[in-house]
Amino acid sequence: MPQDPSTPRVLTGIPAAPGLAQGPAVLWREEALPVPQRQAALPDGERGRLHAARAAARAEIERLKAQVEATAGSGEAAVFQAHLMFLDDPALVKLADSAIDTGWNAEAAWADAVEHFAGQLDRLPDPTLRARAADVRDVGRRVLGHLLGKMAQVLELRQPSVVVARDLAPSQVASLDRERLLALCLAAGGPTSHAAILARAWGVPAVVGLGPSVLAVSESQSLLVDGSRGEVVVNPDAHLLRAFRERAGRAAERAGAERAAAREPAVTRDGHRVEVVANVGAIEETAAALDAGAGGIGLLRTEFLYLNRTAAPGEEGQLDAYRVVLKAMGSRSVIARTLDVGGDKPLPYLPLDREPNPFLGYRAIRILLDHPDVLKIQFRALLRASPGHDLRIMFPLVTTLDELRRAKALFQEARDEVRAAGHAATERIPLGMMVEVPAAVALADRFAREVDFFSIGTNDLTQYTMAADRGNEKVAHLNDGCHPAVLRQIQRVIEAGHQAGIWVGVCGELAGDPDAVPVLLGLGLDEFSIAAAAIPRAKAIIRRWSLAEARRLAAEAINLDSAAAVRERVRAYESAA
Amino acid sequence: MKKLRLQVVNEVGLHARTASIFVAEAIRFASEIRVRNVTGESDRVDGKSILTVLTLGVEKDHEIEITTDGPDEEQAAAALETLIVTDFAGKL
Repeated sequence: MPQDPSTPRVLTGIPAAPGLAQGPAVLWREEALPVPQRQAALPDGERGRLHAARAAARAEIERLKAQVEATAGSGEAAVFQAHLMFLDDPALVKLADSAIDTGWNAEAAWADAVEHFAGQLDRLPDPTLRARAADVRDVGRRVLGHLLGKMAQVLELRQPSVVVARDLAPSQVASLDRERLLALCLAAGGPTSHAAILARAWGVPAVVGLGPSVLAVSESQSLLVDGSRGEVVVNPDAHLLRAFRERAGRAAERAGAERAAAREPAVTRDGHRVEVVANVGAIEETAAALDAGAGGIGLLRTEFLYLNRTAAPGEEGQLDAYRVVLKAMGSRSVIARTLDVGGDKPLPYLPLDREPNPFLGYRAIRILLDHPDVLKIQFRALLRASPGHDLRIMFPLVTTLDELRRAKALFQEARDEVRAAGHAATERIPLGMMVEVPAAVALADRFAREVDFFSIGTNDLTQYTMAADRGNEKVAHLNDGCHPAVLRQIQRVIEAGHQAGIWVGVCGELAGDPDAVPVLLGLGLDEFSIAAAAIPRAKAIIRRWSLAEARRLAAEAINLDSAAAVRERVRAYESAA
Repeated sequence: MKKLRLQVVNEVGLHARTASIFVAEAIRFASEIRVRNVTGESDRVDGKSILTVLTLGVEKDHEIEITTDGPDEEQAAAALETLIVTDFAGKL
């Protein structure tokens, strides 16, 4: 029985990017590109057309790559690198050219060749490889569009709208007008899909995995999107609309007040000050970090210097980049993390195998200690950039004392080399380590004696502690840093650090989680390093609490049974306040 | 023309990343480079095509046959042999 279109319906999906939005739906309908098939008289001409279309596609992909790199970071832009490899694959081009030689037009020859290879990937047993089929088809469509003289499908948003689609390829999301994109609703996809990641980077609420029913929405139908709860209300009645608008209004007001106070220091009601700083992954992000009130950079991910290049970055190139960041931050501290790549973060010139267990594999400091030359280049560039600034350095994924000592020894060598070459460098650069592996937590007291600070990487530490892959939808729910098991580990690290007289920070998402902030405060955390967008809120929370209260909360939290119980306790405290 | 048979020792065989290292290496040479999965009884495919190499289905301990033909066939064969025999050492 058809549903009365005027009744409100609630659709549930997976929260992909937080926030509330309300607006008219615009449906992205995948355009079926017609593939004309005809016998062409001039194979040379057809080959030329294909070549030109591929060149145009290449230029577009390079542009998209640069755009996504600037707005969402290098990791996200890596998929376009793969697109470029496929675009120029000799077997693909050869297959298309041979069809042209037998008399087919470029469109049909190319479409068939693309489908041939995409189909082969479809039939492979490995899901990672099968996923590449979609990329091959995306590239195929792009070239086909040029052959047909059609612009790549662009959804024009004439007014602020909520875009609804079955699924969107990275290039399609990147093509949406950010100014008019109120929210994104997808029938397919998960929280780690490209669409979700881009939406989060842009601060656009998004819900994915809504299922095919969302596609029954009509053009211009009113939608309420709650990206934090993963809910979409279709055709809200006046009551729902009013309630939603009130919630959204309150959220916007609060966000406004938080931003206004963002540059003030984070001091508790009883006068205890903590550092709230930013996690930064690209030079362009420093401005946003300062804008949001960051007191410094607690995690400078240096991978952006290494990704999407054909050769490793040299000392001079890195030096320039570090100088720009340090200059932008003035006298605020900047903590650079040495290169952290692994099987899940590819580098074309230092290609890393996709391992069966990348999180338990060859990555981060483990790789760099096998390539001391690469590590020392990074050290030398950092040393040379340091004069006049508060630069600190930390090592990722340190598991054994031996690794730490070797890294420090290489740093000393680099320092000697810089001095011998006659360059200036700050005398004392604090060296710290990320604590993200359970082995490091267990021996935190030993490690604390050999570093100047700890930075707890709660993202990975939570995965290792709860033995759950956050990308695996069956067990992702276990991956909650508010779980008492993780909190106890954090407590242990903070205590060990403070006993040895060093400061301790957290540079994982947990430090920006509103439920976790008061607990971390109470556990004695000195520094919260989080995404710029989360800084105003975190500071506002810290100011609402007294350290004494936070300590009471923390003491209770570590004796609770579950992450849910911890979150409930925090909220109970907050509403009582 | 040079022909060599090698056993792929890597845990994941010639999978997404190892395949891309292999192809990136092959592309450096002017010679024609062909690869065959001996164990899997595949045809000889273009070693410079990532899309084709991905579909070879080379698993750990499979034997592959690499054929190089052209002006730098010696260097190409040596480079690819080193890659497989050292299990991509230095490239990982």
